[in-house]
Order: sequence, then structure tokens, then C-alpha cells
Amino acid sequence: MSLAPAKATAAERASARRDALLAVGMIAPAVLFIVLLVGVPFGLAIYYSLHDVTTGGTAVKWVGLSHFVELVGDRNFQQALGNTILFTVGTLVTVLVLGTILAELLMRDFRGKWVVRFLILLPWTAPVALGLIGWLWMYDSVFSPIDWFLRQVGLLGSRDAALGVLPNLYWLGDKVLAKVSIIVVNVWRILPLATVIVLAGLNSVPRDVIEQARVDRAGYFRRLFQVILPMISPILMIAVLFTFIFTVADMIPIFILTRGGPANSTNTLASLAFFTGILGGNLGRGAAIALFLLPVLGGVSAVLLRLIRRSEVT
Amino acid sequence: MAKLTVRDVHTHFGSVKAVDGVSLDVRDGEFLVLLGASGSGKTTLMRTVAGLEKLTSGEVSIGDRVVNGLPPNDRNIAMVFQSYALYPHKSVYRNISFPLEAVRTSKEKARERVEWAANLFGIGHLLDRKPRMLSGGERQRVALARALVREPNLFLLDEPLSNLDAKLRHQARHELKKLHGRIGITTIYVTHDQVEAMGLGERVAVMNFGKIEQIGKPSDIYREPANTFVARFMGSPAMNLISKDGDILGFHPENLLPVGDFQPDPDSLRLNFHVSGLEDLGADLLLYGSIPGADTTPMGEGTDVIAKLPARLVSSIKVDAEQEFFVRERYVNRFDPATGRRTTAPATA
Repeated sequence: MSLAPAKATAAERASARRDALLAVGMIAPAVLFIVLLVGVPFGLAIYYSLHDVTTGGTAVKWVGLSHFVELVGDRNFQQALGNTILFTVGTLVTVLVLGTILAELLMRDFRGKWVVRFLILLPWTAPVALGLIGWLWMYDSVFSPIDWFLRQVGLLGSRDAALGVLPNLYWLGDKVLAKVSIIVVNVWRILPLATVIVLAGLNSVPRDVIEQARVDRAGYFRRLFQVILPMISPILMIAVLFTFIFTVADMIPIFILTRGGPANSTNTLASLAFFTGILGGNLGRGAAIALFLLPVLGGVSAVLLRLIRRSEVT
Repeated sequence: MAKLTVRDVHTHFGSVKAVDGVSLDVRDGEFLVLLGASGSGKTTLMRTVAGLEKLTSGEVSIGDRVVNGLPPNDRNIAMVFQSYALYPHKSVYRNISFPLEAVRTSKEKARERVEWAANLFGIGHLLDRKPRMLSGGERQRVALARALVREPNLFLLDEPLSNLDAKLRHQARHELKKLHGRIGITTIYVTHDQVEAMGLGERVAVMNFGKIEQIGKPSDIYREPANTFVARFMGSPAMNLISKDGDILGFHPENLLPVGDFQPDPDSLRLNFHVSGLEDLGADLLLYGSIPGADTTPMGEGTDVIAKLPARLVSSIKVDAEQEFFVRERYVNRFDPATGRRTTAPATA
């Protein structure tokens, strides 16, 4: 009898060891995944950014912070930093306004609601590259349907047209219009997700509270700005965070539409890092550009998450 | 302040007739209770009056103005929802002042009104808090203060006490009644609790299947229910209904008394009551049993007949024994077995 408990604990210890092994086995793939695909490239990027490395040779020379110092004085880098902020803020504001309006509309009952819902979600389901080739045609210097439409309504291509006498606007060939084009494409891509997020938020506002506001004599805009938006602000912040991260670090629209042109006027930090480091072969400098994003992304995310926590009300 | 007139109102949701032809006149300053089980249409009727539901046909007027097409924000009504529907992101002060902001009241005037309403309900010390920091009773007071902060024509309350615990509910009921006496705004109060209805209403309208079954003073409805539905709805325990000699007889449990402890009148209805169970509630005794020769099908098969007796006046009850009981003639209600309608003429008429 006196041996029984000791035996039991030995068995328990063995079983505990098996459990621990199993736990390690289960979590290992995730840890490996993060270490190999996030940790190693990240460490490599820091290493590269402090060295002179190119794709042309095997020589690696320590240069300290000189990449960063050079970048700060570089016109293309400054332009890319400005563009990153411009594209992100422009996309964010447009997406928030349009997303809220769309979600508001989708809350109502009307005929053919499912068609509208389907169409709104469509850009999200389409592969990015395919969608962007479509947009390439929209912005084509000769065959742009947008230009065609503007010509048809008399805003473009005639002597007294508001947008000029030329038959085309050259969307991607004009420094300002190219930036607008990028923002439009970003909005087109992110709007569906933002709409769905805001829609979820709107659905979570109790019907009683909105009805109470109606009885309390609040008109539509007072209800929207004083009751509905403050109540869904935590969810709006999530939409902001997603949009922010998507836009800041994304270079696909720029790569496909403008390649950073004309004259480097549409480069962002992400695209400039790619063009410099991968296509240009200057790995060290490319890594340094990419690392500039890190504190920005980290800082903004921290602020947003904090705001979300603070604005949670119930 | 205004009277409310409802003329043959129907509110249908698809094939569901939630309100099915209701007419109602509420006097200026009256306190009317809409009483009914869930699904009886009482809340829909109130929401139709508020303009939150579109009526299918009929007419609603507040004061002398037909409000059929007006949205809720143009009806100058105040409403307290069952959930209180406080704005969770606003302080108590801003919650109460919200209806004033919508009608563009000056800051000083608004402050004055908010403080008046807050003091009326004893929540002056809570003005800086957010709703999530309040107890149920405090939330209810905030909702009431918000409803009363401007001068509404009509005050609509949708089961405002049902989220409070039983103790608070008594207190709140009493306060509501006092409040109504003081400010005298025409009030519609929706509840499923007949005790609340009895205690609060100047008049009570009992609803069932979207129609008003009976409307009148609470005591009249209690003593002389218009039909068997109302009879079974009022009172706790409800009125006993028995089939006897082709008639349905109804009498409240407190009117079924044992011969011996009580003295019957010559014309009293005498019944043999077989007592099968007894509950001592302290002040009252509840006796459960059956009446041989009479069935209780009008109440539902197998339901017990109940007698409720003041415990201190009773000495002769034996369980599992038959004993002679009686009901004084003026407390006996007779209903037509075919229609369920009351056949004895109301004593008040």
C-alpha cells in the first residue's frame, strides 16, 4: 500500500513529461515559422543596413549608420517618406468616409441589396495583380475610359473644356494625377474590408439606443455624429489600423502602375526600398530604407491600440 | 401635455397582426397602463404611438394633431425603454441634456433643466459618471430624468421596472406614481405585471392578440372582468373559473371562504371544496383543491381551484378532506361558456 502513491506519482511524472513534449511539438512549427520568416529576415535587414552589401559581390563592409545619414539628405528618400504619409492619410480619410456611408446604406433594406453588397465586396476578392492591370487600362494614356467619359460630357479635349484641350489627362504621367491614381486604387482595394468592419460595428449598436435618440428628437446627422459614430469608434479604430498597415507597407499598386514615376514622384518607402535594394542591387541601402518604416508602424499601431482600449465604453 | 387618441389602429408585420384594430382615448394628464402577456401587442401599440413602427391603417393623434406620418423626432414624446437605452459613451449629464441639445436650448437653460430633472430623481451626485458605473436603479433614474428633462406631450414607458430587483421595484412604483401626481404628463405605461398595473394605473387596458379585451379602472377590471381571458389574467393567484350547470362561474381566491370560520349570506353560492394541499405564506393561507361536481376546464384541464384565506382568521382547515365553502353572491362572476363573455351586468352600471 505504501508503494502505491509513489508509483502513481512516477506515472504522473512520466505523463507530465509526455504532455510537455507534446506541447513543445505542437508549438514548435509556429515558433519556427516566426523565427525563420520574421526573425531571420529582420535580423538580416538590420545587419545589411549597417553594412555595405550589394548583389554584385560577396564583400561585406561595416559602414555603421552612414546609410541612414545619407538617406536623410536624399531627395528621393524625402519624397518617398512624404508620399508614404500622403498616400496613407489620403487613403485612410477617404476609406473612412466612404466606408461609413456605404455601411450606413447597407444597413437599410432596399431592393437588390444583395447585388450591391456583392459588388462592394468584389474588389476584395479579386487578385491584386489582376485588378491592378484593369486599373492600368483605366489610367491608360490613350485609351483611358475615364478620359473617354470626360470627353463625352465635354469636360476634356475641346477648346473651352474645363480640364484642358488635350484629348487625355495622362493619369500616370502627371506628378499630381499619378498620386491621385495611387490613392484611388488603394481606396478601391481597402474599401470593401473597411465597409464590412464598419457594418459589423453598426450592427452592434443596440436598436433601442438609436430609437431612443429618435424619440429624443435627434435628426439623422445628430444621431450619426453624436450617437452612432462614438459608439462604434473602437471598431472604426480597427478599420483605421488595418487600412494604415495595408497602405503603409504595400508597394504593389506602385510597382504595377507607376514604378515610382514619373520622376520618382510616386515612390513610397516600401517601393523605394524594393527598387533600391532588390532591383538596384544595393542591399544595404534598401534595408536601411525599409527599416525606416519600423518605428513609424510600431508607434502608430501602439497609439491606435491605446485609443481603441480607451474608447471602449461598455 | 396633451390627450392621445387612437382610432382603429392596425399595425401588421407581414401576416402578423401585432396590433389589430385598437381604439383608445387617453385624457390629458391620465396614467394609462397597457397590460398584456408578451406577444399581446402592447409594446407594438406603444411603438406605433411613438412613431417607431409604421401603422398599417387607422389614426393616431396627439393633442389635436394627427401624427400618422410624423417621425418620432417630430412628435414631442418621451420614452423610457426597458433596457433604459442610455448613451454609453456620454456622461449622465450629457445623457440627460441630449434631448435639450436637439431642440437647441441655451447652455444655462439646459443646465437648469438637467439639474432640476436630476434632483427630481435624486441623482444629482452622479452627473459626471458614465452609465456603466451605475447600478440598475440609478440607470433607470437617469432614463426617467432624460425623458422628463424637456416638456413632452406624452410620456411612454416600456416595462421600465422589469430590470429592477423586487425590492427596488416596489419603491420605484411608488415613486413613479408620486411623480405622475406632481408633473401630470399624460402617460402610457406598458407592463406584463398585473400587480404593477393595478398599483399604477388610473385606467388599465388589457390586451390580447393585438386587441384590447377590456379597459377600465383597475378595481373594476379586477372585480368584474369582461371575459374569461381577463379573469385569468388579473389577480395573483388568478380568478377561479369552474363549469357548473352549463355556466362558467368565476370568483377570486380570497372570496372562497370556509363555512364555520365565516358566516355565509342566505344567497351565497355554497360549494364543497376538497382541499388537497396547503401553503402557509405567513399572512395568508393558500388552499389548493377541487370542487366535486364542477370541472375546471375553463382554466385548463387539471388546474386546481385556489382559496386564499387570511391566516389569523382561519382555524378549521383539514387537508385531504372535503369541507363546505361559500362565495358571496356579489363576488360571483358568470360567463357565457360559448363566448367567454361576462353575462352578469356590471354592478357599477
